[in-house]
Amino acid sequence: MSDIKILEQTTIQVRRDILRMVNKVNSGHPGGSLGCAEFFVALYFEQMEVTLPFSMDGKNEDLFFLSNGHISPVFYSVLSRRGFFPVDELNSFRLISSRLQGHPTTHEGLPGVRIASGSLGQGLSVSIGAALAKKINNDQKIIYTLVGDGELQEGQNWEALMFAAAKGVDNIIATVDLNGKQIDGSTNDVLPMGSLKDKFQAFGWEVIELKEGNSIPHILKALQLAKSKLGSGKPVVILMETEMGNGVDFMMHTHAWHGKAPNHEQLENALSQNKETLGDY
Amino acid sequence: MTNYINQGNKDTRSGFGAGLTELGRTNPNVVALCADLIGSLKMQTFIDENPERFFQVGIAEANMMGIAAGLTIGGKIPFTGTFANFSTGRVYDQIRQSIAYSGKNVKICASHAGITLGEDGATHQILEDIGLMKMLPGMTVINPCDYNQTKNATIAIASYYGPVYLRFGRPSVANFTSKSLEFEIGKGIQLQTGKDVTIVATGHLVWEALEAAKDLKSQGIEAEVINIHTIKPLDEEIIIKSVLKTGCLVSAEEHNYLGGMGESIAGLLAKTNPCPMEFVATQDTFGESGTPSELMAKYGLDKDAIIKKVLTVKNRI
Repeated sequence: MSDIKILEQTTIQVRRDILRMVNKVNSGHPGGSLGCAEFFVALYFEQMEVTLPFSMDGKNEDLFFLSNGHISPVFYSVLSRRGFFPVDELNSFRLISSRLQGHPTTHEGLPGVRIASGSLGQGLSVSIGAALAKKINNDQKIIYTLVGDGELQEGQNWEALMFAAAKGVDNIIATVDLNGKQIDGSTNDVLPMGSLKDKFQAFGWEVIELKEGNSIPHILKALQLAKSKLGSGKPVVILMETEMGNGVDFMMHTHAWHGKAPNHEQLENALSQNKETLGDY
Repeated sequence: MTNYINQGNKDTRSGFGAGLTELGRTNPNVVALCADLIGSLKMQTFIDENPERFFQVGIAEANMMGIAAGLTIGGKIPFTGTFANFSTGRVYDQIRQSIAYSGKNVKICASHAGITLGEDGATHQILEDIGLMKMLPGMTVINPCDYNQTKNATIAIASYYGPVYLRFGRPSVANFTSKSLEFEIGKGIQLQTGKDVTIVATGHLVWEALEAAKDLKSQGIEAEVINIHTIKPLDEEIIIKSVLKTGCLVSAEEHNYLGGMGESIAGLLAKTNPCPMEFVATQDTFGESGTPSELMAKYGLDKDAIIKKVLTVKNRI
């Protein structure tokens, strides 16, 4: 099997994990999780240099921060599949006394998570702080972060964007999940944000557009391109167009599955479209 | 009765600046951030000596709190500097999620706390910050009383791992604690010994409490004066021990009575040793413009207010 094929097989298993996790507790956010499954797999299984076992300080390794914490199912699935914690622990998602809280947190000590997120708009600032710490420490590794598109309606992001460009924080690759949807509908209906490309460029960021955000080869190409642009005085953003609910036909092209879990029948249908590859947890 | 000498009026914020300067020289992991108030926070010497460890974030406090949280990942000890109002209420959710809930080693250093920043008025004063911060799980809340104590507290919190809210002020006030007194987080200081009433004071009100105790002595009332600089965790032992002797207590702070140090003490007494208690604090109000001393008098935060409350509480026994 080619490397890409292995990553794609992994993605299918991650989809199954996401669907089964949210179904079990009848809550959680499958739509955005499925839309970013390819990105997470590409990032954690190919792009990032991570060190196990997990250490909070993460010196001399690449770090990732999830700002839109509600897509915790894909984060948890990929962290466990990558070896940060036992895959069986996905069974405890959103259950009482679990390390897998509804939104990611450091509070219960889950390996792989370095900041709590869920209240939106904070991850970019945290990532910039971590990037500055790497610079002070003479650490050449990279900070990655994922931000939702609806999340950019939070003003703190724009404080962070302004700062990162002004201060030449050029060891950070931010990715915006451009799925065009948020809880109340499409971003264009809720609060149109105009051209994000123009906005990021006006704020002094290097912008890479990724139209095929659910294609692993395209994601890897964009990430490599982004990496090649680091160190030149500008922070880099990938505007990644994704399909919410990707991989499950009835969850695509709608915002209905943003924060809704499939029932048993829907789960079976969804799983039949994504046959087990690495083995269910 | 111990006689405390004012070594000369000084602002507590300058104590912070001096402490930060010392940390810059002694602890390479200490970094500082400021949201366009370097002069007000007295951070310039640290910046001059450690330009690579200072981050000017501009007028963007939310971003500053997030960046501070991120800087801890990699072992830095960030000290953020802005006014108390903009260090707490403006950024409560950033502190709650990215710092307190995430257990990050950030030191939130807040100047111009309380009402005594004076003429700028209520938009820049804050009388709710102790409450906001003490309610956050895991947050340590410190309100030193003079220049020396603020300097020593600033140095001490760098050696403690965990989020800290350090609150200090703008006006020049009596500097009377020993500069060599080591600052112990969570440890109250007994300043006067007395048998008739316990006065527990924090921040700028500590000197007022000492002055009040002098006057009370001439009226035949021996007041025990305790300086609680760490509001959370509260030194319960020193307070309980004192009220077992005196049977009544007056708390004194530059803060709303709701959510303040007095409220924490009242809760402690209710659980352990119920006794009459009075609060020298603002009465659920915003501040206003005025000179610090005018404001302290008008809002009942000075020596006279303390004396009045002592007489009231004594009558309730």
